[in-house]
Amino acid sequence: MTLLLEVTNLCTEFNTRAGLVRAVDGVSLRVSRGECLGVVGESGSGKSVTFASVMGLVRSPGRITHGMIFFDGRELRDMSPDEMRATRGRDIAMTMQDALTALNPALTVGEQLSEVLIAHDETLPAGRAARRVAIRDKCVEMLGLVGIPSPQSRLAQYPHEFSGGMRQRIMIAIALACRPKLLIADEPTTALDVTIQAQVLELISDIRARLGMAVVLITHDLGVVAEHCDRVMVMYAGQVVEEGPTEQVITQPRHPYTRGLLASIPRPAMRGQPLTPINGQVPDLVGLPPQCRFQSRCPMARPECLVEVPMFDAGPDRRARCLRLEDMP
Amino acid sequence: MSFGKLLERIIQLIPVLLGVSLIVFVMLALTPGDPVQIMVGEQSITPEQEAELRRDLGLDKPMVERFFIFLGNAAQFDFGQSYYHGRPVSAVIAERLPATIELSLVALIVALVTAIPLGVLAAIRKNSVLDRLATVGSLLGVSLPGFWFGILLIMLFSVHLQILPVSGRIGYASEVPTVSGFLLIDTLLAGDVRAFGEALRYLILPAITLGLPMTAILMRVTRTSMLEVMRQDYITFAEAKGLPRRRVLFRHALKNALIPTVSVAAIEMGSLLGGNMIVETVFGWPGLGRLVVESIFLRNYPLVQAAVLLYAVTYVLLNFIADILYTVLNPRVKL
Amino acid sequence: MTEATLASAPPADSLFRRNLRDFRSNRLAMASVIVVLIFVIMAVAAPLIAPQDPNETDLFRRLQPPAWIEGGEWAFVLGCDGLGRDIFSRIIYGARISIFIGVAVIVLATGVGILAGLAAGYFRGWVDVVIGRIVDILLGFPYLIFAIGLMAMMGPGLFNIVLALAYKEWVIPCRVVRGETLAVRELEYVEAARALGAGSRHIMWREILPNILSPVIVVSTIRMANVIILEASLSFLGLGVQPPTASWGSMVSDGRAFILEAWWVSTFPGVAILLLVLAINVASQGLRDAFDPRFSE
Repeated sequence: MTLLLEVTNLCTEFNTRAGLVRAVDGVSLRVSRGECLGVVGESGSGKSVTFASVMGLVRSPGRITHGMIFFDGRELRDMSPDEMRATRGRDIAMTMQDALTALNPALTVGEQLSEVLIAHDETLPAGRAARRVAIRDKCVEMLGLVGIPSPQSRLAQYPHEFSGGMRQRIMIAIALACRPKLLIADEPTTALDVTIQAQVLELISDIRARLGMAVVLITHDLGVVAEHCDRVMVMYAGQVVEEGPTEQVITQPRHPYTRGLLASIPRPAMRGQPLTPINGQVPDLVGLPPQCRFQSRCPMARPECLVEVPMFDAGPDRRARCLRLEDMP
Repeated sequence: MSFGKLLERIIQLIPVLLGVSLIVFVMLALTPGDPVQIMVGEQSITPEQEAELRRDLGLDKPMVERFFIFLGNAAQFDFGQSYYHGRPVSAVIAERLPATIELSLVALIVALVTAIPLGVLAAIRKNSVLDRLATVGSLLGVSLPGFWFGILLIMLFSVHLQILPVSGRIGYASEVPTVSGFLLIDTLLAGDVRAFGEALRYLILPAITLGLPMTAILMRVTRTSMLEVMRQDYITFAEAKGLPRRRVLFRHALKNALIPTVSVAAIEMGSLLGGNMIVETVFGWPGLGRLVVESIFLRNYPLVQAAVLLYAVTYVLLNFIADILYTVLNPRVKL
Repeated sequence: MTEATLASAPPADSLFRRNLRDFRSNRLAMASVIVVLIFVIMAVAAPLIAPQDPNETDLFRRLQPPAWIEGGEWAFVLGCDGLGRDIFSRIIYGARISIFIGVAVIVLATGVGILAGLAAGYFRGWVDVVIGRIVDILLGFPYLIFAIGLMAMMGPGLFNIVLALAYKEWVIPCRVVRGETLAVRELEYVEAARALGAGSRHIMWREILPNILSPVIVVSTIRMANVIILEASLSFLGLGVQPPTASWGSMVSDGRAFILEAWWVSTFPGVAILLLVLAINVASQGLRDAFDPRFSE
């Protein structure tokens, strides 16, 4: 598989009143074509900011301070705002956590869908009438693809006229309208009912297989990752703490934080055993000392953990940020 | 919005309009001084003549009955005779109304076309020099007394620089046949471009003075709501779609940000209506506002009463229209 | 009600102190407060400060220019008006009218507004409906038109102005108080007081009012700036206090006759209005930022 996205040593900082917050601190990651990468972490772990950085959507007072972001062979950070704009929505698309807030309440669904096509689709015919028909057909096709019944009649409706699950589907349709090479799905199911969660995830997996696109699935739910992702990356306090093939990371975690996450979710294999939440809280990101960020909550912490910990190789295609990864059971 | 809901809203207007009329009626009824005496003035009349006049004016009837007569007459635009002009009050008002409407509309346009772009720019370039200037400007705008600002403008542009006329609506030399009563339209209908330009020159200072407080407030509201909207997820999502910046700002952000601006604009129409009296007085503008002020000093109360009622009803209707517009602009709100 | 049960109410006092500290650290707002204070001192001590008798006419000084222009004298710093009266002294005395009316209208309106708003928000039901209707009807009038109509009927005079403005002004604190009362009346400590058998009057005055006072004060100060402009507008139209009493609005109006030869007659009283109103506006914005951050930008 060829490489699609490669991020190296990315740092994104926010200048807040409390001080400089390094929300993303030296994150490196790779996504191959057609692959599904799961990104797991608590809120505040930097997972959303990492991919906002990739999309070039970090807002003031935040800014990318260093790092490289190669997408499809091009450095995104060297692109002009216009080139970046042309890439967004066409080659890299994004869905957000809550479609209710991500869809513009004052514009019809049809308009919000067709405007992406108008911005990016170069295959549209030139004549005005033909163009309009082509756009309409494409909108209907996309709504059909995400499973919205009688799409023709619903284009003129506003987001609030749809149910939560339907809105999520519409947002996915908008993101996929230009057949992107990479879809970043930021917590696609958090805002949904449990029954609809599965449907939406199924939809994303299904379309991914059909269109052959890569997906980054940002979530705090390891169960979702286990079911849908080829690889997984665990983030903690702005850093990647572990990454590797999903299967291996879940069965044999190499970082105490991953282990803690796994122990805190109910799994069939562990039926009967009590769930153990991770004690303590994510540290304040202002003025962090250069040391292992998890040590304050880590059951395996030792005095020697009070140093800056790099990523270590932990087997083929696996890495973890822990001095004691060899001691892991 | 369904017809039924619209009807319901219209029905809700009735008690407010009734209450407004009652207050206007009471204002006059409680006025010290006898209307007959005011009418008669210095002339001497016999007690019989006085009693007849009283009967003609309906002053011998009980208050409640007089209120309903007043309401019935008002519904037919009959506000009695203007003692001073010797003509029906409604005719005098109708004659002066176009000048006031023309001035108010131009002031409204001035306010909208300056406030909205400035508010948007200030929000987009938050904390820039322009943003700071706009903030200071809007604070000055709400703190400036309109009558004084108008006089300053006259002193600067008319007296000192001598590039704009001091007062009035058009020069004496211009003869424009009256069709609509709006000079900007009538001059164009007459094909007189020079007179149109002249009418415009007469309009500039009064319109700026009248529109200033509204401009200041609308700019602030636009800026605040634009900043609020720009924080919303749907703006981030629109950016993520790779839409042109213009489209994100004007189609996605502005359409939502304008919703509060429109509501506030309607409320601020009240300051425009009240400002008429001041601005028309300062600039000698021959409109309804100045007529009212003159009539107060002439104790021409029926005219004052009719004008106050007209202003209040206009204001109530404007607020009603703003409500409807709000729901049209904002598909989430169902009436 | 004992001291112990009162303790369940939020500690309004310490919050108030913290807000006050926030306000004090806002330099622009503090500067504005000082400007307002200077005007207040001018108003209170006018006879001590004014260099001349504000009503003394002197036809030899008719339209005498300000001191720094040829023909001016330092004893008549800002020049003289069409009757040769000292403009600076008249501005000082004019502050009395503006500030008296501003304070009187706001005190009266806030008092009535609090009573009506508390009643509407606390009792709900028909009280709320009746008060709400009156508020709706009064809101149907553009402010200045309403005041002009009333002044036309009542005739000019200081107390008539206060009444004409207060008749409509109370609506604004009333709406604020009603909204806040509705929000607060369901809160725990109010429920607790009610459960302990406290009477309506006690709950309204001792439990609810102290906790909704911040937004009311903030709104009142903002409105005071508005009332001062309205009073000046009425005086400008000749519907305010009557000559020879000095008021800023009528001074600007008097100066209109001389805009060709004596710009200072209209200009300086207007500067006074602008300064005072601007200072009140900036100070009240500071107050709002410190005491009621919900509404700040």
